[in-house]
Amino acid sequence: MSDPTGRRRVLAVASGGGHWVQLRRIVPAFEEHDLRYVTINDSYRADVPESPVYVVRDSTRWDKLGMLILGLQMLVVMLRVRPHVVVSTGAAPGCLAILLGRAIGARTIWLDSIANVEEVSMSGRLVRRVAGLWLTQWPHLSSADGPEYAGRVF
Amino acid sequence: MIFVTVGAQMSFDRLVGWVDDWAAKRDRDDVVAQIGPSDYQPRQLKVIPFMTPPEFRARLAEADVVVAHAGMGSILNALELGKPILVVPRHGEWEETRNDHQIATANRLGAEGLVTVADSAEDFERELTRLVQEATESRISAHAQPELLDRLREYALGDR
Repeated sequence: MSDPTGRRRVLAVASGGGHWVQLRRIVPAFEEHDLRYVTINDSYRADVPESPVYVVRDSTRWDKLGMLILGLQMLVVMLRVRPHVVVSTGAAPGCLAILLGRAIGARTIWLDSIANVEEVSMSGRLVRRVAGLWLTQWPHLSSADGPEYAGRVF
Repeated sequence: MIFVTVGAQMSFDRLVGWVDDWAAKRDRDDVVAQIGPSDYQPRQLKVIPFMTPPEFRARLAEADVVVAHAGMGSILNALELGKPILVVPRHGEWEETRNDHQIATANRLGAEGLVTVADSAEDFERELTRLVQEATESRISAHAQPELLDRLREYALGDR
């Protein structure tokens, strides 16, 4: 499953902009692992020159064909990487990655964006029953049967 | 990082000594000083006698706070980058420069709120401490909170 040193394959997934910036702020937690990224913009490779980056097409839930293509791309990445851990800060690509990651037996972490101040995001609610660790960045949104609060990205 | 510059023409060891004391007292290893033609042997500062203009601007851009003599080259460059700047004027009477023009410049720019001026060791220590605190308080760290990183780290190591 993993090598004897405990090093694991971690797939870190985020779409663009703030989702990507927040993801980059949490990856120090996985620096001893084999860390790889999935994102939507080829130019983001420059942010993480030391790690493999898989680029997928971005989509939203209103674009059904886009979601299908994104889903297939994400499936290909999952089968290639076979991650032990999938972690995401959103949005749609991350949501799909959590669902597919769970399907292949990975440990899954959803960190809801700090931009969701009043309620957990739609993507966040979609992965609620699936993500092994379901985190919000706002203490007032956490609850016993809701997301856990363990700190925020800054 | 705190960047100190006294220009390239003359040394200004009174200022360099104040910064060195300040940094040594706090054991800070992120204070870089361009000290000009000086034989000063600092205890704590990282010293660079002279720099090319691009080197100079790169150091300025990195700085949280700039400490400078009241030379317009230093002041204009720092203001252009929006850096907080603590200015110490050279005194003519002590032959730190040819006359007291730096005192007049510093006071005028200080009155306009463009720079902070310190003309004594006590003022210098107090004002530098304040500027550094203000400049770093408003900035967030490069990473997520340690407790969040710990939670993620721990979870990633669990059994599947």
